[in-house]
Amino acid sequence: MISPSRWLPFEKPLQDIEEQIQALEAYAAAHGIDRSEKIAELRVMHADLSHQIFSNLSAWDKTMMARHPNRPYTLDYIKLIFDDFIELHGDRRFGDDPAIVAGVGRLNGETVLVIGHQKGRDVKERQFRNFGSARPEGYRKAMRLMELAERRHIPVIAFIDTPAAEARLEAEERGISEAIAACMALMSRLRTPIVVSVIGEGGSGGAIGIAVGDHISMLEHSVYSVIPPEGCAAILDTFGRDGTRGHEAACALKITAADNLRMGIIDEVIPEPLGGAHRNAAETAVLLKDTFTRVLAGLHKLPTDVLLANRYAKFRALGQYIDPSAPKKKAKK
Amino acid sequence: MSEPSRPSVPPGLWQKCPKCRALLYVKELERNLRVCGQCQHHFQIGTAERIAQLVDEGAFTELDDGLLPANPLDFPDYEEKLVRGRAKAGQNEGFIYGDAVIDGVPTVLGVANFAFMGGSMGSVVGEKVTRALERGADLNRPVVLVCASGGARMQEGIVSLMQMAKTAAACARLKATGNLYIVVMTDPTTAGVLASFASLGDICIAEPGALVGFAGPRVIEQNLKIKLPPGTHTAEFQLNHGMIDLVVPRRELRTTLGKLLSYLAPATAAADVDAPVAVAVD
Ligand SMILES: [Zn+2]
Repeated sequence: MISPSRWLPFEKPLQDIEEQIQALEAYAAAHGIDRSEKIAELRVMHADLSHQIFSNLSAWDKTMMARHPNRPYTLDYIKLIFDDFIELHGDRRFGDDPAIVAGVGRLNGETVLVIGHQKGRDVKERQFRNFGSARPEGYRKAMRLMELAERRHIPVIAFIDTPAAEARLEAEERGISEAIAACMALMSRLRTPIVVSVIGEGGSGGAIGIAVGDHISMLEHSVYSVIPPEGCAAILDTFGRDGTRGHEAACALKITAADNLRMGIIDEVIPEPLGGAHRNAAETAVLLKDTFTRVLAGLHKLPTDVLLANRYAKFRALGQYIDPSAPKKKAKK
Repeated sequence: MSEPSRPSVPPGLWQKCPKCRALLYVKELERNLRVCGQCQHHFQIGTAERIAQLVDEGAFTELDDGLLPANPLDFPDYEEKLVRGRAKAGQNEGFIYGDAVIDGVPTVLGVANFAFMGGSMGSVVGEKVTRALERGADLNRPVVLVCASGGARMQEGIVSLMQMAKTAAACARLKATGNLYIVVMTDPTTAGVLASFASLGDICIAEPGALVGFAGPRVIEQNLKIKLPPGTHTAEFQLNHGMIDLVVPRRELRTTLGKLLSYLAPATAAADVDAPVAVAVD
């Protein structure tokens, strides 16, 4: 388990209680005194308060949770979920993008292709992983290996966790737009099941580039959005073009897992342990694994043509508009 | 992401070229297909003008012009913006499509309208693009899409993002039926539109000088606090980097499209690569 070394503003009351508990435990140990009653009391308080805080997070709070520096990343889950994992590198065209990891793993004795955005934990790794912002090579690596998965009839599991795709000149020169577009097009027709889970930040084109699949889930405190809330606030006059009004934009953009489920964008919200995935990565991994296992069992039963027809229909149906010529077929909500 | 709109056309006989500042006689500019005679700057043009420039005389029938935007997120200010967009663009939404004939070839033609909220892709744009691509697949006709967009429609949030996947899937479907898909990128073609259906053309053409890029250069300079070298994120830059096939001046666009369509998608050919038929050979 990852220790929560950094606290978000709304976690502050919990931090205070945890520090009190630690102090009491240390004092009790040092002086040989029994403080267990007081400690138990504090633990109950902690649990009550946690329930209260984490079931009432705003869209902006969730954004902070999704970006929490201790939040488990793709490779953390890979380690916890799969019995074995061999990472594979490179797009065979230009290079290897550490912001998207890919490889073959074993899930309940079945071989699967795992792809996912990868963020870095410390300063050095964050830079190495480009903060999880994938370059064209990342999408092309994913495509190369998904074509292999298709040929070998191996299902694909995709973890989504990126602030956005890389937009710098080097990415532009190597066709970041084409890479994202081609990856979505490939996934839309890949003749093998694809299961997608948003585990942290589902950031715009960078996210959807590898998020076309048969089943889309989101962890409870992850977000999925067309633009980072701050970015939205900074460009829209609705928010006074003021980047500090991200909390308002976060709410308006409907980016939480519950919002996305309500709008039919995703199929399922996977609950997180109390306090968030970073409080108990192992438990979160079990919940993810259970979902993958259950969903794949269902998808494996479908003939490939049905699988593909369903996948096309799934994305085909997304959108809300008024069609006067077909009033009954209006808007899917 | 929508860029601020360009200065609109002032009424009158003369118009200033935004690039070289030359004062241009409007009649002359129109004869020149709205290309500056001095510096060849390609002005943004409306959908009616674009269609007239590309299709055989009168050979365009618009489809699904009644589709109207909803407000899926209940986003503040969105409805007012739609009203303003409608007034500015003179159309219901930022994209129109229909049946066209280009140089004798029956084609499905779609044209984006930048004047409508920066040509941003919301549900209606995504749906119409998808319907255009599906129509090509169903009728075995080539599809030509003329793009102009600042990207996603922020006010439709995640629903807007999903249009990227939806249109990309429709492109893949069109290609799987063996049909031809040509993209024309005009100023500007960026972000979510470039990163979905606009980059998936079998043939990608851009107009000279058009802004073509994932993130606009101004966005990159502001966000990353860097200065970009001149000439990035243009049609010519994308051509040099292998991302598009051709940069074609507006006055040659119709001829080029006509040739490509008649060479690659003559009306008689209807391939179906999904259903190969084995032929015995002795
Ligand atoms: Zn000029």
